[in-house]
Amino acid sequence: MRSYDNRKLFFVYIFIIAFIVLGVRIFYIQIIDPTYKTLAEKNTLRYVYEYPQRGTIYDANGKILAGWRPIYNLAIIPYELEPFDTNYIAQLLDTDTKLLKTKIEKSKKMGGYQPVIVYEDMPDAAVSYFYEHESEFNGIIVEKRYTRNYPLKTGAHFLGYISEASPKKIEEDSYYQMGDYVGVTGLEEFYEKELRGHKGVKVYIADVHNRIVNSYKNGQLDSTMINGKDLYTSIDADLQKYGEELMQNKRGAIVAINPQTGEILALVSAPSYDPNLLTGRERNKNYIMLSNDNKNHTLYNRATMTRYPPGSTFKLVNGLAALQENFIDEHTSFGCHGGYRIGSHTIGCHVHPTPVNIISGIQHSCNTFFCQVFKVFVDNKYFGKSSVGYERWRYYVNILGFGVPLGVDLPNEYSGFVPTSEYYNRLKGTRNWKADGIVSVAIGQGEIGATPLQLANLAAIIANKGWYIPPHIVRAIGHPDSLNPKYKNKIVVPINEKYFNFIVEGMEKAVTSGTATIAQLPEIRVAAKTGTAQDPPRKSHSVFIAFGPVNNPKIAIAVLVENAGWGASYGGPIASLMMERYLTDTIKRIDLENRMKAADFLIK
Amino acid sequence: MQQNNNRKFPPDIIIISIYIILSIIGLISIFSASYQEGINFFSLSFKYIHVKQFIWILTGLLLFVLIIYSNPHLFSNAAEIFYGVILVLLFLVLVIGAVVGGNRAWLDIGNGIRLQPSEFAKYTTALLISKIWSDSDAKRNINKTMRNVLIVIAIPMLLIFLQKDIGTMLIFFAFILALYREGLPSYVIFIGFWFILVFILSFLIKQFILLLILTAITLIFIFIFRKKRKVIIRFVEIYVISIILIVGVNYFYKMLMPHHQERIEVMLGLKDDPKGASWNLRQSMIAIGSGGLTGKGFLQGSQTQMKFVPEQTTDFIFCAIGEEWGFIGALVVLSLYLILLLRILKLAERQRSIFSRVYGYSVASLLFFHIFINLGMTVGLMPVIGIPLPFISYGGSSYWAFTLLLATFVNLDMYHNDVI
Repeated sequence: MRSYDNRKLFFVYIFIIAFIVLGVRIFYIQIIDPTYKTLAEKNTLRYVYEYPQRGTIYDANGKILAGWRPIYNLAIIPYELEPFDTNYIAQLLDTDTKLLKTKIEKSKKMGGYQPVIVYEDMPDAAVSYFYEHESEFNGIIVEKRYTRNYPLKTGAHFLGYISEASPKKIEEDSYYQMGDYVGVTGLEEFYEKELRGHKGVKVYIADVHNRIVNSYKNGQLDSTMINGKDLYTSIDADLQKYGEELMQNKRGAIVAINPQTGEILALVSAPSYDPNLLTGRERNKNYIMLSNDNKNHTLYNRATMTRYPPGSTFKLVNGLAALQENFIDEHTSFGCHGGYRIGSHTIGCHVHPTPVNIISGIQHSCNTFFCQVFKVFVDNKYFGKSSVGYERWRYYVNILGFGVPLGVDLPNEYSGFVPTSEYYNRLKGTRNWKADGIVSVAIGQGEIGATPLQLANLAAIIANKGWYIPPHIVRAIGHPDSLNPKYKNKIVVPINEKYFNFIVEGMEKAVTSGTATIAQLPEIRVAAKTGTAQDPPRKSHSVFIAFGPVNNPKIAIAVLVENAGWGASYGGPIASLMMERYLTDTIKRIDLENRMKAADFLIK
Repeated sequence: MQQNNNRKFPPDIIIISIYIILSIIGLISIFSASYQEGINFFSLSFKYIHVKQFIWILTGLLLFVLIIYSNPHLFSNAAEIFYGVILVLLFLVLVIGAVVGGNRAWLDIGNGIRLQPSEFAKYTTALLISKIWSDSDAKRNINKTMRNVLIVIAIPMLLIFLQKDIGTMLIFFAFILALYREGLPSYVIFIGFWFILVFILSFLIKQFILLLILTAITLIFIFIFRKKRKVIIRFVEIYVISIILIVGVNYFYKMLMPHHQERIEVMLGLKDDPKGASWNLRQSMIAIGSGGLTGKGFLQGSQTQMKFVPEQTTDFIFCAIGEEWGFIGALVVLSLYLILLLRILKLAERQRSIFSRVYGYSVASLLFFHIFINLGMTVGLMPVIGIPLPFISYGGSSYWAFTLLLATFVNLDMYHNDVI
């Protein structure tokens, strides 16, 4: 008879192995895997938030650009949600049942007792229904929150918009949680910290029935709510709105600056849109519609984020550089016979009196004169090498605000583009290139790229005859008198004031009897410069900069209309109408105004 | 041949010590898991369950002493009577039982005290199968013995199944493990494991694919053992039964209670419903997992104190230990149990009488099943099956039943040179 004694050990092994398995498993969940510690906090800690009111954004005259309105959101508490008639509720909310169901299922999966928004900005009927039938629902609450409201429907691009914080944002900044609003572009993004204020929070311990038992750690983690600060901008809402009307059905931008303060009076990017579109329940739908606009790129802020060839407006920069370096003076003149010849190729010029100097060169926007000036500068023996001369020329371009960001209080400001000599070395494959090889930059063509903001800033520098305060929109934060500390200091451009006088004279003459006569205003001295920036194979961009009154500059402006032709054809009239509106409060040139409003350059 | 030398040994001090330590750990854990603001350990009122458990422990100790001073022959002689009495009670439960937590497993005996006969059924079954296996002619007619043993195990299982107490019913499989020591063929164990594996896989893999895999494996084995006819026949048998099992799973599965179906699905990860079926498991793992190395301290476990884990004084008592005493506390409990089990095995081997040895292995197997399934359940290794943790979980019936089980073995061991 067998005794099966050898089976003794089987039991010993089985027991030991089983206990090791248990031990390892317990070790894993207690020591290795951190998820359970987080989940334990989620179970017992309740964060009760008090949401601050987002700051209001005012225009220069105290009109509300961005205010707020209450909205009611439908939220579920994942652990308390009990089934309800989704069909009926979807009907009440005027939304798709399936959509609502998936949203609820997704939110429910997140677990916990923190409310999760499943529907934003409920219709009034639904809000009152929920308040009347509160007791019939478990785990469903109506949350009152505030969203933006734009009574003037203007300034969409520089205002930006707010949106629910993305998972990425929440990961980056622990302040934000699911369902929190955050400024996404424009001032809303740039001044997010000031505008949002600070959430108040109270932390409690709750038991399994979600009953609050106690304050957590005697309130050590609690904080009080602080409302957001208001922003006082320098935008003139009337002017802004007028600019948007003039630019309707066009692509381009207007930037108007008060040269004495650097304050931006209007910043238009066209095509524009009603900022109210990006609030409330239709927000996502509208956002998708706007962001899918691949032809005209409505959401893009062209005023600060797009580079354009500045065209002939850039001749002013070129002229100032040569004057300051004494390569030319007010008497230096060149003859112009239909263009500037480089070998067999000619940069053409239109018919005008000849020869011209710096003043009449600006007045008639002579290509030949400024090509010659550039050649004299860059190829000068003094530098030994053209690339060295070019670098010196580029220095003046930079100090006049091109190729560098100006520091405007908007996110993602583009620096524009001014090539370095190194760039041309690579492009030409040699270090021994001459001015003629790159001469198109002398007249603002070729590789040069500038934002409309930089062009307006150039007008401001010239208006001030050699200094500027970086352009900005927000004058004061929190209180109308607490001036924005970032924008107090003048930046002085190291170019002699007397050279600016020649430039101003040329620009004034362009208005009185030159290329920019369209900008004439009765009894106001206006200085202006046209630009026609080539954009082959399409029509040129119409560029125009101006300022006035010359003796006491109140407005400096740049207008750019994409593919609208000559600078004087659309850019000029629009800039002039803006100045007329701002300086005289009335428009006398109704026909011109109507013609501008009616023009349509959108890509269809 | 054999002769009694009537020598009496002292009771085993290791088993008794561990028994007492585990009881105290249980009492402390129950106090913490049922703690309410304003009471302390000496709040002596019967409305507090730690006081009740204290009474069960005191009476349990009394029972322990009573048992170890009994005549060892009592247990084998009266095995049928004990077994019969419990069967009657199990019948009674089905007729007049009280329903607690979905199971009709309780007999009301007045004053709010309820008795759970199924807990005691493990004890009486252990005694009876030990007796049958140790009968002088058991080995001569092994098939008859096996049949009788299986009937003795199956009857209480069936009655407990009818009470819908699946957890306690499954525990009776521990006897199969115990009998392995006594010569139950290896393939019974192997086939048991194989069927459990196939059962689980049938939930995870599509039936068609599983059948293909099974066929492939069988064909490979037939090829390998192509010279051995007997082996091939056995493989074909297993193959056929497996197929019946897979095809039948759907059918069997539907016979289960919906909450059992859900629990199996949750354990296999097929279903995740944090507020529903997987709540217990999820909360249990959160409580234990948040304990860390040293735990949050006595009465400091947020999950335990806020009563997040259901049944945290009974089936999920280990959560209170894991959360408040951490990995170190869990390790202490695990070690005590392992030492206890190995000690029982060691003592079982020194028994001169087959009765005592079979009984010893039954005790070890029963305890092992309880401990492994209970702890495995709390940490997500096992489906949620409601069975108590020996000596620690709150409850008079289970505490007494485990006391009887263990004390009887200590008593038998005091006479390990005798033939009982």
